[in-house]
Amino acid sequence: MEYVNPEGLRLDGRRPMEMRQLRAEIGVVSRADGSASFEMGNTKVIAAVYGPREVQNRSQQMNDQALVRCEYSMANFSTGDRRRKTKGDRRSTEISLVIRQTMEACILTHLMPRSQIDIYVQVLQADGGTRSACINAATLALADAGIPMRDLVTSCSAGYLNSTPLLDLNYLEDSAGGADVTVGILPKLDKVTLLQMDAKLPMDIFENVMQLAVEGCKAVESHIREILLENAQTLVIRQGYGS
Amino acid sequence: MRGIQLSFSNTQKLRLEKALAQLGSFSSKLNSNATVIVADKIPVDEDAALKGHGTLEMGNDVVASVCGVVERVNKLVYVRPLRARYKPEIGDIIVGRVIEVAPKRWRLEINFSQDAVLMLSSMNLPDGIQRRRTAVDELNMRSIFVENDVICAEVRGFQHDGSLHLQARSQKYGKLERGKLLKIPPYLVKRRKQHFHHLDQYGVDLIFGCNGLIWVGEHVDVKDAMVEDQVNKSDPQNTHSSSLPGSSEEPTDTPLERRQYICRIANAITVFSALGFMVNLDSIMETVTLSLSLNLGVHEMLEAEFHVRVAEQEAERRSTSKRRR
Repeated sequence: MEYVNPEGLRLDGRRPMEMRQLRAEIGVVSRADGSASFEMGNTKVIAAVYGPREVQNRSQQMNDQALVRCEYSMANFSTGDRRRKTKGDRRSTEISLVIRQTMEACILTHLMPRSQIDIYVQVLQADGGTRSACINAATLALADAGIPMRDLVTSCSAGYLNSTPLLDLNYLEDSAGGADVTVGILPKLDKVTLLQMDAKLPMDIFENVMQLAVEGCKAVESHIREILLENAQTLVIRQGYGS
Repeated sequence: MRGIQLSFSNTQKLRLEKALAQLGSFSSKLNSNATVIVADKIPVDEDAALKGHGTLEMGNDVVASVCGVVERVNKLVYVRPLRARYKPEIGDIIVGRVIEVAPKRWRLEINFSQDAVLMLSSMNLPDGIQRRRTAVDELNMRSIFVENDVICAEVRGFQHDGSLHLQARSQKYGKLERGKLLKIPPYLVKRRKQHFHHLDQYGVDLIFGCNGLIWVGEHVDVKDAMVEDQVNKSDPQNTHSSSLPGSSEEPTDTPLERRQYICRIANAITVFSALGFMVNLDSIMETVTLSLSLNLGVHEMLEAEFHVRVAEQEAERRSTSKRRR
């Protein structure tokens, strides 16, 4: 199948190095300490953060740092064919773990000993790149909850099809069987916290693809920062500092 | 907009936006510069600056680790988070809920990252006498507080093991009954000299817990003494209140009118927290008066129109206080 046509356009009309439209909203779950929804094109996820709060399972309590937990789930209506997904299937367990490890790398857990932070992410619409969208939403939700972090983790995926590196794969491109590289970075520290690839790529091509994904992460970061700053400023105004 | 799930009509939307824009014009330009988000660089003049909460050292720079407002006190630079869970400070007055009765102590949920502990030994027993707590007292703990009771207490401090301890060494603390508990974001409650308020004209007690739990309840007589500390009172008999267990006085029913006042004040606070405005006594009382003068029913206060009115009133209030300065 042709994923990039001779004019250099992809199936959904994007250029190879073009991202889908980003949309983010903060404060979508009223009872959570922090929450956000994040959209990348047709992929839409919602994240809610609870905590730091008392550890539910005493045996897991750590005296020097906070316990970070993450639960990933997909809504039944999120995919094209409606199907009931069992809660603890391999895919969601794996993604939960990935998100948890990524977020743990940026949260300053040592500042909140003997407590736990719960991150719940749910996919409302799945169109490829749910992993990255979940991480971006979780970052926003954590920042909204006022949890101290080293940096904002952002994530983006890139792939390689028809001998072209493609940024931010959608579902069709994702299921084409080519390589799919998901990268999560700490933009200010310039460090990689997540790198996943589910196919083989030659070294030199991989470097290009990864570079592309990192560029994508930086684009996501600038968008996220805009949203956060705007949110912070409205909060300042509402609370009436300086007036 | 956080917390507001109302359907505004077009005019209401415009009025709300106008009021909020007016609020925005009041906060000084200097302050909008001080707003930082995670990993933003904080400009520091000298190397000797002390880095406080919410900051991190990254290479040679000082960066923020939370979204908030940069505050500077002499050499100290810190970031006050805009939204966070409650962080206790010694002497804070808090409202909490008992979740467990443990040996010699109660565990309280206070919206902090861990549960608080109220020791039996760090509270005055309802009989008001200072004495040693005996084993009998320990067995009778359930007659003082049981699970799910709402309690008002003061933060005593952190113990060596990191747990948070409370104390209730005055008659003004203790069980809260016959009223309404509200949960608002803790950053909307400012620490003040006075957190207990007796609203004489309504016969209502209002307690602003620093942890974002607010109690609106029927006035209890013992709290007349809340202005001055009553520990040294010579006659402990008078401090007994009808609400305390074991006292002989039978609590009478709360009159309907008073219940409506309680709900009115509670709704005023709900509207304030939905709009994200700082909650304090004056503005709440103004809002209650506004609702009374508009002849609104208690439930009508939660409708879109009143939210807009409150936003306009707040804009008005801040503009007058600005002018006065």
